[in-house]
Amino acid sequence: MPTETRQIPRALPRRLAPALALVLGVGLLSACGPKPESGIYDPLETTNRAIHDFNKTLDRSAVRPTANAYGTVVPGPLRQGIQNFALNLGQPSNVANNILQARLDDALINTVRLAVNSTIGIGGLFDPATAFGIPDPRTDFGETLAVWGVREGPFIELPFAGPSTLRDTAGIVVDVVYDPLRFILPTAEANAATGIQVAAGLGRRYRFSKTIDSLLYESADSYAQARLLYLDSRRFELGQRTEGEGDFVDPYEDPYGE
Amino acid sequence: MESDRNRRDVLGLALAGIVVAGTAGLPRPALALSTDEARGLIDKVVGDVNSVINSGASEGRMLSQFEQIFVSYSDVPVIARSVLGPAARQASPAQLRAFTKAYQGYLSRKYGRRFREFIGGRIEVKDARPVKSYTEVISTAYLQGEAPFDVRWHVSDKSGRALFFNIIIEGVNLLATERTEIGSLLDSKGGNIDALIQTLNAT
Repeated sequence: MPTETRQIPRALPRRLAPALALVLGVGLLSACGPKPESGIYDPLETTNRAIHDFNKTLDRSAVRPTANAYGTVVPGPLRQGIQNFALNLGQPSNVANNILQARLDDALINTVRLAVNSTIGIGGLFDPATAFGIPDPRTDFGETLAVWGVREGPFIELPFAGPSTLRDTAGIVVDVVYDPLRFILPTAEANAATGIQVAAGLGRRYRFSKTIDSLLYESADSYAQARLLYLDSRRFELGQRTEGEGDFVDPYEDPYGE
Repeated sequence: MESDRNRRDVLGLALAGIVVAGTAGLPRPALALSTDEARGLIDKVVGDVNSVINSGASEGRMLSQFEQIFVSYSDVPVIARSVLGPAARQASPAQLRAFTKAYQGYLSRKYGRRFREFIGGRIEVKDARPVKSYTEVISTAYLQGEAPFDVRWHVSDKSGRALFFNIIIEGVNLLATERTEIGSLLDSKGGNIDALIQTLNAT
């Protein structure tokens, strides 16, 4: 792994301030210690629904057709290579977050993944780490915040990025602004890395096309479905669902789910 | 997260071992359903699902096979009633029967299409344990080109025999998802259950 921050961009202090303020702001809203989350807290529903409609229009008119073209033109193995490459570019960020989470075992695993895939995997185009049985403990700053005890806050539908929560939105901002890659790579390469991420995103939209289409275009209320799906899977991912708790209803004891 | 999950699984297994060891000498608790029975049921479900997704049959054939699995091993009336929610209370018995029948086909087609993406993959049952008033059977799905993921089956015998009534895929709860969807559909029909039944039959 390259040593840290040889070229700290001059704008760093100016960029530091708003993100820190955001993190602290979210932090102040929260009590300490990781807590299970349940239910749906969506005070911004009207705005969120408008953004959801915007995202759907964007998907229908631009993202979906572009992803389909990408999937048709670019052969499968190359798409997989781009996906692997994009994930490998995310490894420095995973390691940094693992350290902030005090999950040093995961930090080590992610460092080994980065080393193996960057070398044997030819710069990350292949994923021999998975073939060797090395786990893939992906993470992000939203999870770091959760580990620190920050509550998830209200549900937020973000333009372009889709379903999120206040905590995960703060996480995205920090992950993007403070991606270690930005400090390691010169600007041109960092911008190329962003291009790779966009291509990988199109690849995922293509690969999960049926599932995403059925969610967005076949649900009676795609907003409600996307919101539930996001919250449930995110809470599961972060281990914030205690067993048998959450929104579970026993249909024998409570037949009508009231 | 994979390693986290592994850690939790290991911890869970260890705890289950302690609980089993601790209660082995005690008289059998009043639990009607044993974890072995629940696990046996899901072993059968998973075996049937695995053979369908690797049978190479046509989509139409697969969908009807999924409906068969669904009817044989899950508590369809309880799932349908729960998914319809408070509206089920107002429904006449005939409406509820018609809804249950329509919903069964709708759910089989909808999830059957999803399960078709499992072609070439397999599900393995890993563990079972009692949770609250039911038994949770934990399985892992292995799909081609995907990271393995967690599928949990909630099993109860309150219907008179062991049947599953919920599936949780990576934390996503089928009953909750379906309750949201059917609630939205019913709203879009102005609360008219007959219109909802028609839509389900046509979907």
